[in-house]
Amino acid sequence: MIYVYLLAAALLLVAGLLAVVRAERGPSMLDRTVALDVFATVLVAGIALEAAWSRRVDTLPILVALSMVGFVSSVTVARFASVEPPEQRRIRTAAEVAAERASLRAAEEAADEAERLAHERHAAPAPDAEAAGPEPRGDGS
Amino acid sequence: MSWEAVADVVAAVLLLAGAVLTLAAGIGVLRFPDLLARMHAGTKPQVLGLVLVLTAEALRVRSPAVLGLLLVVVVFQFLTVPVAAHMVARSGYRTGQVRRDLLIDDELARDQDNAVLEVERVRDENERDEADPPPKARRSGDLPG
Repeated sequence: MIYVYLLAAALLLVAGLLAVVRAERGPSMLDRTVALDVFATVLVAGIALEAAWSRRVDTLPILVALSMVGFVSSVTVARFASVEPPEQRRIRTAAEVAAERASLRAAEEAADEAERLAHERHAAPAPDAEAAGPEPRGDGS
Repeated sequence: MSWEAVADVVAAVLLLAGAVLTLAAGIGVLRFPDLLARMHAGTKPQVLGLVLVLTAEALRVRSPAVLGLLLVVVVFQFLTVPVAAHMVARSGYRTGQVRRDLLIDDELARDQDNAVLEVERVRDENERDEADPPPKARRSGDLPG
């Protein structure tokens, strides 16, 4: 009997792998969503298979919860995130991600630097301005 | 042969059938050419396979409480999977991710064209009534004069 269970587990494993491959490859967000939906159901089937083998009851709440919330992701993506520019439809390479993060960090540092300079310029003439009065920006550079 | 042994054998057969159907769903999701076909593969054999596996588990565990919970799972699958598939297909169609060359008959496009024609017809009628309101006005003008 255990061979039947092992065979079923192997089939489920292959099904999950195929779904993950489609989720990685899938040209659009909706394809990935469908693939991950299939993967979630394979997960439910796998847990049910294990529970059937060992006749255990304590994993049943997992099945109920997964089947209740499993569709939320695909509905959310279909409703709110299905419009995407074509150039965003692929998974970026590590080099591209690193380049984007570097440029983001550079922009952040530039913004920090500008803010610091503005603070200094603002702080330096402040006592002068109190003393001299009307022209606070005159000698602050 | 006792009742339990028969139930175990039936459960094993159902488990295998469910696993095969789930594998079919996985293959379909990977191999089918466009979004609608993949959604179809991920929805129908998928649910039947899960129902078979859960039936097998109910046959193995054999307790009324477990049967109730598994029924809840099945009912939720029947409720939520069509909703998710419908939403995915709808937004896929509207964002142009459906391959038209694979469609044999696009009834939705036909209905949309008909709806546009109907809207234009009604609007034209209204405009004609507003631009040329003779029947009522003339009659109401005629009565006092």
